[in-house]
Amino acid sequence: MSDAAGTSYPTRWKKPPFIKNSLLRWSIIVGSAVYLAAAIGTMDVNWTRAWEGLPRGVDMMTKFFPPNFADTRGVIFDGILESIWMAIIATIGGIILSIPIGLGAARNLSPRWVYLLCRFIVAASRTFPEIILAIFAVKFFGFGPFAGFIALSIGTIGFFAKLLAEDIENMNKSQAEAVRATGSSWFQWINYAVQPQVMPRMIGLAMYRLDINFRESAVVGIIGAGGIGAHLLTSVQRYEYDTTSAILLVIIVIVMTLEYTSSYLRKWVQ
Amino acid sequence: MLRLENVRKRYKTGDEALKGVTLEIPDGQVIALIGPSGAGKSTLIRCVNRLVEPTDGKIYLADTELTTLPPGALRKARRRMGMIFQEYALVERLTVMENVMSGRLGYVGFWQSWFRKFPKEDVREAYRLLDRVGLMPMADKRADELSGGQRQRVGICRALIQNPDLLLVDEPTASLDPKTSRQIMRLINELCAERGLAAIINIHDVLLAQMYSQRVVGLKLGEIVYDGPPDGLTPDVLTEIYGEEDWEATIEKVDEEENGDTNGTQNAEAVS
Repeated sequence: MSDAAGTSYPTRWKKPPFIKNSLLRWSIIVGSAVYLAAAIGTMDVNWTRAWEGLPRGVDMMTKFFPPNFADTRGVIFDGILESIWMAIIATIGGIILSIPIGLGAARNLSPRWVYLLCRFIVAASRTFPEIILAIFAVKFFGFGPFAGFIALSIGTIGFFAKLLAEDIENMNKSQAEAVRATGSSWFQWINYAVQPQVMPRMIGLAMYRLDINFRESAVVGIIGAGGIGAHLLTSVQRYEYDTTSAILLVIIVIVMTLEYTSSYLRKWVQ
Repeated sequence: MLRLENVRKRYKTGDEALKGVTLEIPDGQVIALIGPSGAGKSTLIRCVNRLVEPTDGKIYLADTELTTLPPGALRKARRRMGMIFQEYALVERLTVMENVMSGRLGYVGFWQSWFRKFPKEDVREAYRLLDRVGLMPMADKRADELSGGQRQRVGICRALIQNPDLLLVDEPTASLDPKTSRQIMRLINELCAERGLAAIINIHDVLLAQMYSQRVVGLKLGEIVYDGPPDGLTPDVLTEIYGEEDWEATIEKVDEEENGDTNGTQNAEAVS
C-alpha cells in the first residue's frame, strides 16, 4: 500500500473513542459494571414469597373474567364521564395558561428576566408529579373533580410550556427575521412568523397531553380528586375484580381512541 | 436616499464585522455589494433595517436617522425598506397570499392581520403583484409547495407590497440555478426601474453583479475597497477584493453576456 513516492499510508482505522482519556474511559466502564453487580447483590428478593404470590395472581386474573359492565351502583359511566370531562377541561385550561408562559420561556423571544421567571414556573410545576399536586389540591379545594382539574392543569403547564418554548427556540430564524423586517408589531410577528412554525407540533402535543391527563385523572381519583380512579380503587378493595376489569377495559379503549385520533390529526396538520 | 456614515458593528464575540462604512445611495440607484464570505455584506444591510444593531455610526433614510429610533418609529421606518432574503425566508406553512400580505403588517392593526381581513386596496395590490411576477394561480398554495424561483418571486412581492423606497436584497440567487438566478435578478432590476426604487443587492456572483447593477461596491473585511461602475472591475480590483486568482475568464465572459442580455432586458420591459 505505498505510492510511487514511497510514502506508506496506514491500512487500519479505528473510530476515535467518545472519551479520549483512556484512564477515565476504563474507570467509567469498570465502575459502572461493579456498581451494577453490587446493586443487584443488595436487592433482597424473597423468592418464596414471589413464588407463593403467583397462584394468587392467577386467581385474581381469572376473577377479572368475564368483565362485569352491569355497573350495579351506576358509577362506572358517571366516573368515566367525570374523568373525560376533567381531562378535557384541564388540558384546555393548562394549554391556555401555557401559551404566555411558553412564549416567555423561549430565550429568543423574551428579555432575560422574563425568561428566568417563566423557566422557574415551568421547573416548579414539573417538580411535582400530578399525584402530589392532587394531594394539595384536595387539601385546598376539598374532594371532587375540581381538585383534579387544578392538579392536572398545573401538570399540563410544566409539560406544554416547556415543549412550546423549546420548539420556539428551534424555529427557523430567517422566516422570523423576514416577518420582523416588514415592520410588524410583536404580536403580529408571533402570529405570522412563530405560530405557523410551531402549530403542528403543538396540536400533536395537545392530543398527547389529553391522553396523559385522562390516564392521570384515573390516578388522582384514587386520592379523592374525582373521576374514575376512586371507583377503580373501591372495586379492588371490595374484591369485585370483574368490575375492576370492566373499568380497565373502558380506560384502555378510550386511551387507544385518543392514540389513533392524535396520530391521524398529526398527519393532517403537517 | 440612504446615507451611511462611519457605520461600525462589533459582535459580542469580538468580531468586527464593519469597520466604519460610509456610503451614499441616491434615489433609484441599484447597487451591487460584492465581497468574500465574512466581508460583512449581510451585516451591512441588516444594520440598515436594524435586524442587527450597529455599534456606532449614523444611517439616514431620506431625513430619518435610523440608528436611534425607538421601537414604534423603527417599525414605521421598516415599512419603507423592503427586504428580500437568501433562501427566500417565506413562512412555509402559510399560503402564498399570507406571505405576500405579511408585507402589509406594518400598516394594519393586530386584529385585522389576525383575521386576515386586509383592506381591499391591499388585496388588489397583492393580486396585481402576483400577476406581475406570473404567480396569480398560486395565491392559495402553501409556500412550501412552490419551486425555488417561484418562492423568491413571492419574496419579492412581499417586499414590494410594503411600498418601500428602498430594497435590501441579501443573496437573492444563492440557492437558485443559473437561469433562474438571471430571471430573478432581471425581475428585481425591472421592478426597481418601474418604481424608481433604490436597492442594495448583496451578491456572491461577480458576473450577475456586473450585469444587473448601476454601481458596484466591494467590501473586504468590513471596509469598502471598491466603489465604482460595474465595468471598472478589473482583475486588479477583483484581486484587491477577493485575493489572488485568475480573473480574466470571469471578466471576458461578462462582456459577451452583458451585450446579449441588455437586449433581453429591453424586450422584457417592452412586453411588461
